Amino acid sequence: MSDRTMKTTERVQAGPGPGRGPFGGGMIGQKSLEFGPSAKRLLGRLRPERSKAIAVLVAAVLSVGLSAIGPKVLGRATDIIFAGALGNQLPAGMTKAEAMDAARAAGQGQAADLLSAVDVVPGQGIDFRALGTVLLFALAIYVGSALLGYLQGYLLNDVVQRTIFRMRSEVEDKLNRLPLRYFDRQPRGELLSRVTNDIDNVSQSLQQTMSQMLNSLLTVIFVVAMMFFISPTLALIALVTIPLTMIVAGTVMKRSQKHFVAQWRRTGTLNGEIEEAFTGHSLVKVFGRQREVQAKFEEENEALYESSFAAQFLSGLIMPIMMFIGNLNYVIVAVVGGLRVASGTMTLGDVQAFIQYSRQFAQPITQIASMINLLQSGVASAERVFELLDADEEVADDHQPMMVEDPHGRVAFEQVSFRYDEDRPLIEDLSLTVEPGQTVAIVGPTGAGKTTLVNLIMRFYELDSGRITLDGIDIADMRRADLRSEIGMVLQDTWLFRGTIRENIAYGRPDATEDEILDAARATFVDRFVHSLPDSYDTEIDDEGSNVSAGEKQLITIARAFLADPALLILDEATSSVDTRTEALLQHAMAALRTDRTSFVIAHRLSTIRDADLILVMEAGRIVEQGNHDELIAIDGAYAALYNSQFTGADEEPEAAA
Amino acid sequence: MLIRIVKEYLRPYKRWLAIIVALQLVGTIASLYLPSLNADIIDQGVVTGDTDYILRVGAVMLGISLLQIVCTIVAVYFGARTAMGFGRDLRSKIFHRVGEFSAREMAKFGAPSLITRNTNDVMQVQTLVFMSLTMMLMAPIMMVGGIIMALREDVGLFWLVAVAVPVLGVAIGFIVSHMVPGYRLMQGRIDVVNRVLREQTSGIRVLRAFVREPFEAERFGRANTELTDVSVSVGRWMAAMFPVLMLVLNVSSVAVLWFGAMRIESGAMEIGALTAFLSYLIQILWSVMMATFMLVMIPRAAVSSDRIAEVLDTDSSVALPVSGVTEVDRRGELELSGVGFMYPGATHPVLDDVSFVTRPGQITAIIGSTGAGKSTLLTLIPRLIDTTEGRVLVDGVDVRDLDADTLWSKIGLVPQQAYLFSGTVASNLKYGKPDATDEEMWTALEIAQARDFVAVMEGGLEAPIAQGGTNVSGGQRQRLAIARALIRRPEIYLFDDSFSALDLATDARLRRALKPYTADSTVVIVAQRVSTIADADQILVLEDGTVVGLGSHESLLATCPTYVEIVESQLKAEVAS
Repeated sequence: MSDRTMKTTERVQAGPGPGRGPFGGGMIGQKSLEFGPSAKRLLGRLRPERSKAIAVLVAAVLSVGLSAIGPKVLGRATDIIFAGALGNQLPAGMTKAEAMDAARAAGQGQAADLLSAVDVVPGQGIDFRALGTVLLFALAIYVGSALLGYLQGYLLNDVVQRTIFRMRSEVEDKLNRLPLRYFDRQPRGELLSRVTNDIDNVSQSLQQTMSQMLNSLLTVIFVVAMMFFISPTLALIALVTIPLTMIVAGTVMKRSQKHFVAQWRRTGTLNGEIEEAFTGHSLVKVFGRQREVQAKFEEENEALYESSFAAQFLSGLIMPIMMFIGNLNYVIVAVVGGLRVASGTMTLGDVQAFIQYSRQFAQPITQIASMINLLQSGVASAERVFELLDADEEVADDHQPMMVEDPHGRVAFEQVSFRYDEDRPLIEDLSLTVEPGQTVAIVGPTGAGKTTLVNLIMRFYELDSGRITLDGIDIADMRRADLRSEIGMVLQDTWLFRGTIRENIAYGRPDATEDEILDAARATFVDRFVHSLPDSYDTEIDDEGSNVSAGEKQLITIARAFLADPALLILDEATSSVDTRTEALLQHAMAALRTDRTSFVIAHRLSTIRDADLILVMEAGRIVEQGNHDELIAIDGAYAALYNSQFTGADEEPEAAA
Repeated sequence: MLIRIVKEYLRPYKRWLAIIVALQLVGTIASLYLPSLNADIIDQGVVTGDTDYILRVGAVMLGISLLQIVCTIVAVYFGARTAMGFGRDLRSKIFHRVGEFSAREMAKFGAPSLITRNTNDVMQVQTLVFMSLTMMLMAPIMMVGGIIMALREDVGLFWLVAVAVPVLGVAIGFIVSHMVPGYRLMQGRIDVVNRVLREQTSGIRVLRAFVREPFEAERFGRANTELTDVSVSVGRWMAAMFPVLMLVLNVSSVAVLWFGAMRIESGAMEIGALTAFLSYLIQILWSVMMATFMLVMIPRAAVSSDRIAEVLDTDSSVALPVSGVTEVDRRGELELSGVGFMYPGATHPVLDDVSFVTRPGQITAIIGSTGAGKSTLLTLIPRLIDTTEGRVLVDGVDVRDLDADTLWSKIGLVPQQAYLFSGTVASNLKYGKPDATDEEMWTALEIAQARDFVAVMEGGLEAPIAQGGTNVSGGQRQRLAIARALIRRPEIYLFDDSFSALDLATDARLRRALKPYTADSTVVIVAQRVSTIADADQILVLEDGTVVGLGSHESLLATCPTYVEIVESQLKAEVAS
């Protein structure tokens, strides 16, 4: 067996995840846009570890160099043994010249030639002292090479891991500095993939390519040098197989690469089929579509079978082909070397060494070829991470920020204009004043800009023109953190992180005492359902299988805002119905939260709207009407129309029903 | 489990397996023969200076190399066919098995887990099979063959093999045994880092609103540090692997030369045998290492195969009748009589003694708080699960005796989670009725209050729908799911809380349009909002799985305290502020 087998299995070990190509080519099909600059930039990221990186390089050169000398030294040992063996066959007392003459006289001209190249003393056996010295030297070389090799791997691992660590940290910092616009524009899956899959991929390819590329490259250089040192002619013959190896490996890899891409694509399609069939399981059944779904599955399954067969077969060919070329080399060297030893132009030990060398250089070449794919995919991922790191950041906070000393919650919009897209006007020239303690209901159809309005108060986006003030101070002059800590927000899509209920409530104010947390929980009815949970406040919230319902999660987010005790409140009323009793609790909780606070409510519920101090009717980014319920009904405009269409159609309103 | 599954699903490929084993045997023996021939070249060619002999044996070596590559290539061919076929068959088997599952088994495993089992887990086992057939199979042959050949060359040096093999095995095993748990830990920590990032990107508004950037940065920093720590320690073990391996190999070579020289000096061994012995020793050691690596793959594949076997060994709790009733003379009658449902091992039934009858033209509404058993009740009707007590009768026949296709053709289901399939609006509607005309589709959309938004979607009926229906809003998804059921014009409609994402006005319009359309059908609606169901012919009030009220809105207001409570709670919600 040759080393190439080992390397393949080693990669199988190192590269987790099924279906990875045998070249470790993780995300196949991904190509970088600008390989050169991006690769350079990736390498540049190693700079903080410069001294270690240099040590790695030195250790690698020494380690590979030493191990490259090894076979030559062992060859010298073979020569000593060979000479001793020959010497034993010759009668003692004869000189080497006499022995050669004797051989020629006996008609064995070739044997004489052989003797001429061997350092033989007739009658004398193996020189064990010389042999011992040479072997001890070899031993020292190998031990040294192994130690240096370990040192290199050890340091390199540190360098790579530190680099990836820094990259992850930078991405995290960056995420906190990116404007929300960035998050809006990127599909969430896409962004997630950048910060998770891509970084993982960079990490994997850096680890694998860095060590293996370096070793392979150095090995090829040293081995070829040693081969030329021993016998230029034989080296040339052996080297003929290099281009052969590269061409064969290249062709096969290119072809199998194509099939690997197909295999990935097919896997994706099949996954999609399975996902649909399983997620829509009951529909498939009740709609009587099982046969069609199964037929479609079988079709895709068969297609995956064909493409994965092609991919695995072709890539499986590389190893035997390389082995064959290795063997070819072996035969050539054995034959030519044998002839040359017989003719006395080369020693047996050198042939022995040569055989070892020629077995050593085919493998790293294959390795380099296969690393290129992995490297490409890694650089492509790095490029995507760099794109994220290069994205425009939020405007930095003012150096001398203003503070609202004793917030009352008076909010004013002064000729505010804002648009997400340059060419799509949204909020134009909007002015509005809200007095402390007022409840503002924002109504209007989807896309009217209701959410945008509250986002601007949070300063999630920068205005295009105009200004928004809180108690007379322009919010753009405040630190974002100061502004936002005056505002409490409850969104329709509840966001909780993995952690206990207590931790999730305390998120609103990290320094809150246990009593304060419990007070908030009681005021917002969290306390009620918490006690029916086995771990009460220590119940873990997770993505699935949670024993906390959607409505209860919403209550927790309200408790969170309650605990934060903000001067200003932003509420997005939930439309989707949760079970009736929880819903009633939600309403009470929100009402409790609104007391004595300026609140902006994106309102869906008739009661909220009717009781609001101010109703803003929005259409296409403008406030088309404002006033209280009675005033707006009286003018019989947009609000009245909306009110009639939305609420009178439902003549079985609970009020009517009761 | 691993062995059982591999054995069972490799059975159809028995003949190919035999071919593979034979070819690997020949190939490995061929490659083992090369060093021996090389020894011959040295001993009988080089030493004696017989160039003809060298050339002749060289030609033989070439021939053997050719034989070896041919054998290996053909073996890889059959190996790939067998392993990939194995994976395909296994996937197919799992898929069909899951197809038979009832809603109960689906809930037990969960769709995401079943998807993973059907794809990734199969892939794991398949990779192991492929590796075994192409490489692992070679290791023992190589090892045994190498030992035999080495013994043939020289018995006196064999103790070196006996020392080197265990030393290598122990050394690699030691390293690997430290790496494997590290890898597992690393995978777990990668998941943590990714989860934190996912939470941060999805919760970015809340995070900023509560000014929790520093806290999140710290949380991430901790996860990142933990991940780096374990990666560093795994990487260090990994770094030791190759140097240790090379060291064992090289030290063995040095030892062979030293002790071999002694044997040559004493005349017990020839010099050619020495070089051959060296080659064999290296081959033996390589195969030991390969075997060690392969062994590492086994635990992972074993976990996967356990997960696969779990699916394959699960029988559906709903056994479909082999030859069910296909002819019934009634149309759309539904009766539940003394129906109960209890999960095995549970102490409380989900449903207990539920009975009611409903006929075409009638609307039956089911209301109750979360966990009252409303959805469970609905899933009993199309036999997504089976009752554990009592009977469900459709058109007078126990659903367990009805032919499944006959039963399902009578039912139009709108599930709680409005799920759409990838394709177009039309392809989703045709899910309900494959031969539906455009006109029928528009009618169904109109009633479902979906006409307006479909009309303005780019492509209209041909507008693309993403998997799960994620490219339309929740309310739109629900209306399309309703249209999909309407287009079937089934005898029995089952609406499982299907109006929840609609605003009150749309809800009201939809129900008004629905009435004439479903006049000849039986309608069962599960709902949360009283307004949705107040005009139903009968309302079934469920609490903790039992019926606490059955009657019209008015009569229930007078007789059923639970119903009154529900109505009042919704009223309060409206007036509260």
